[in-house]
Amino acid sequence: MKVRVQNHWPPGHIRTPAYLRGKTGEIEREIGLFNNPEQNAYRLPPQQQRLVRVRFTMAEIWGDAAETPDDVIEAEIYAHWLEPA
Amino acid sequence: MGGDPAGGINHDQHDFALWEKRVDALMVLASSAGLMNTDSLRRVLEDMGEEAYETMSYYERWIASVSQNMVESGAFSTAELADKMAQIKARGTTYGDAT
Amino acid sequence: MPHDHHDHDHGALSPSGHPYRKDDDIVLSYWQMMEISVRELLIEKGHITAAQIHNQINTMDARSPANGAKVVARAWSDPEFKSALLTDAGQASRDMGFDIGPMHLIAVENTILVHNVVVCTLCSCYPRNLLGLPPDWYKSRAYRSRTVIEPRKVLSEFGVEIAQDVQVRVHDSTADMRYLVLPAQPKETMGLSADELAYWVTRDSMIGVGLPQAPK
Repeated sequence: MKVRVQNHWPPGHIRTPAYLRGKTGEIEREIGLFNNPEQNAYRLPPQQQRLVRVRFTMAEIWGDAAETPDDVIEAEIYAHWLEPA
Repeated sequence: MGGDPAGGINHDQHDFALWEKRVDALMVLASSAGLMNTDSLRRVLEDMGEEAYETMSYYERWIASVSQNMVESGAFSTAELADKMAQIKARGTTYGDAT
Repeated sequence: MPHDHHDHDHGALSPSGHPYRKDDDIVLSYWQMMEISVRELLIEKGHITAAQIHNQINTMDARSPANGAKVVARAWSDPEFKSALLTDAGQASRDMGFDIGPMHLIAVENTILVHNVVVCTLCSCYPRNLLGLPPDWYKSRAYRSRTVIEPRKVLSEFGVEIAQDVQVRVHDSTADMRYLVLPAQPKETMGLSADELAYWVTRDSMIGVGLPQAPK
């Protein structure tokens, strides 16, 4: 299933890498529920969030600068950062 | 960070010093004791900024982060830390003397 | 007349083959003072004990790439275990008797079509509870920023050339999972026992920046 990483830029502790924001990928697998690091980092009671592995092509992330367009990056993204693409 | 320009990768490695292993152990144990967690360790590291990354070693940054985390969670106060550090300094000039 | 060397001052190597870090003999640094202070305060306040610190250091010291090598060697020699490893690498490691604590581990398999490499762009996440502490280069800015944009160039600097018809998959450990690369078994090792196979599995091959190598 295709998903897009939200193009948000909040300050503070975020585990969604900058280079992936706004990019579209495919869900590779669901990982399960984990504590939201954005709350955990400040020692607030964390809510559990769905964690998803998403696969992105290098072409999608780097465009013409991609070393090999069909190579991929796989990263774990928290579901609240994803929207349907 | 990912994708930022960078130069060659230095392949030198080092054995960890005892004080560095202790820092690592303190992080793990303080987390198990509920006084901090991996995310709060990282958040403090990130908030220390670029200069810390340039001027401090990996475990120097970690002990700075663990220490701040301990103050935030109330394990000890900055005043207690200052007093203790003064005591340590008075013990001697080398790590071996002061431990 | 025999000359008495204080080897730790003269650049001799430690048992693991790496230079000693100057430690007990050098002038106490601010951060070392902080480490001693934090440790003693936490003990005085009853949050941790000296024994726990000692045990935790021993636990970490016992963790090394040799553990990962055993896991890989078993996967090469036991198809059922390999399947279990690819399904849930954490559980498979525990079933082999390794105490990996609460670590969540995913094994990613190298094949004739795919080469995997692991990085943590955000910090330095590494499957330490199985492999021990990561090498300095893994934590460097250069590795962390370049591996996601030019993995093949980085691999080539490590001495690994990936053919154009093989896909490179870069795993960025952004969250709770840690990654172990299951390298492809070299043809020349077919028929070796799991014990013999383990000697072929290098730390770098389990990160993805190396390939299994004949033991020296």
